[in-house]
Amino acid sequence: MAEKQHIMIKGVKEGLLFLLDDQCPFEDLTAELKYKLEKTHQQLLTGPLIHIHVKLGSRTATEEQKEQLAAIIRSQGNLMIQSIESDPPEDAASASAAPKLHTITGIVRSGQTVEHDGDLLLIGDVNPGGTVLCTGDIYILGALRGMAHAGSAGRSDAVIAASLMKPTQLRISDVVSRPPEEWMSADAAMEFAYLDAGQMQIDKLSQLYQFRQHPIVVKGV
Amino acid sequence: MGEAIVVTSGKGGVGKTTTTANIGTALALLGKKVCMVDTDIGLRNLDVVMGLENRIIYDLVDVAEGRCRLNQALVKDKRFEELYMLPAAQTKDKDAIKPEQVRDIVAELKQEHDYVMIDCPAGIEHGFRNAVAGADRAIVVTTPENAAVRDADRVIGLLEQAGIPSKLVINRIRQSMMKSGEMLDIDEICQVLAIDLLGIVPDDEKVISSANNGEPTVMNPASRAAIAYRNIARRILGDMVPLMVLDEKAGAFKRFRKFLGIG
Repeated sequence: MAEKQHIMIKGVKEGLLFLLDDQCPFEDLTAELKYKLEKTHQQLLTGPLIHIHVKLGSRTATEEQKEQLAAIIRSQGNLMIQSIESDPPEDAASASAAPKLHTITGIVRSGQTVEHDGDLLLIGDVNPGGTVLCTGDIYILGALRGMAHAGSAGRSDAVIAASLMKPTQLRISDVVSRPPEEWMSADAAMEFAYLDAGQMQIDKLSQLYQFRQHPIVVKGV
Repeated sequence: MGEAIVVTSGKGGVGKTTTTANIGTALALLGKKVCMVDTDIGLRNLDVVMGLENRIIYDLVDVAEGRCRLNQALVKDKRFEELYMLPAAQTKDKDAIKPEQVRDIVAELKQEHDYVMIDCPAGIEHGFRNAVAGADRAIVVTTPENAAVRDADRVIGLLEQAGIPSKLVINRIRQSMMKSGEMLDIDEICQVLAIDLLGIVPDDEKVISSANNGEPTVMNPASRAAIAYRNIARRILGDMVPLMVLDEKAGAFKRFRKFLGIG
């Protein structure tokens, strides 16, 4: 039995409402459901027929999993399942447009490491000896003088952009590049690094849209 | 109630002890009651630079372990009434003392003195944690070298995490090398480290000779480094003092011409 309660049982007009936690593993739910019905809530089972509504929260369950839950509840004679449903998924379009970008402010100094799962916007500098590690893109509104590793979990389409591109080392996915031995840029201002056929390339930030190919849709004429 | 200022750098040999001795003396020169604390246990130097080595009876570890009272361990300076030094132990190791003990000693010193200047050992290990334990603010010393700036950056990061505000002193500046681009520029250093600049100190041979004589440079007003340290002390007291003009060549020439003109 888990120490945290994953299932809440509420009485409503139509019968009983089973509110199931949507974060825990599915196995915990089935185990707890069984335990509750058989051990702690036996008073429910001795009585007239009760209609059951099961709410899964934001969990999206497969038909099999739903059947599994239904079977557990149905195994008790007087409980009758009316519905098993999840919250309607958020509008797919709005979910993908939602900002996944994480913003932090500060200076990453020598010996310090900033790690993030997703895209990262750092407002501040990365000093020599400092490290930024990210599974997505890295955007630095400031000077990149240390090490930046974008797409650290293997995404080779990740980019590293910086207002001042003077890194000690750049890594995208598993490609490592050492400026200025491998590339040189004129003024190092407003640039981004990307992978082209496994090679680290640097270009002006204004060219990023060609790499990304997500044109801005402008309303009006 | 005084203020405790730790002088630190990360890298060794950039002039922490010299800076501590000179700023401490300059503050005393300006009429403040100052105590300097050497936390470099095992490699004490501050007493040598101050010329007080032969007056030491007890040290920091003796105080921490209760073998003497704090006042017994304080060494009074031979030049100023209100300048004291608490020497480090020479025969022990850095872990002979705990950060909490240093914090308590510094807190006690702050009751009696306007400024407690703490000389920090090189490195970021136990000795560093000892030195910063009781500090209200920090002076980070660096030289215009990449390695020193890198270490200063690391130390500033650690001080930020400890919640101690820090200011920068750039030591051993050679104007000719800076101009020719062989040495890091002051602006460049300030851009990378991104903390307030408290002062710049030109490279001066007199610093070495006076340290060897056990007399802080700041006592010799003919030295440019002395003026720089006095300026820093005034800035610590809150005065607005413009940064030193570093054109050493022109300055020397001018002084020479003036000398001839008078003579």
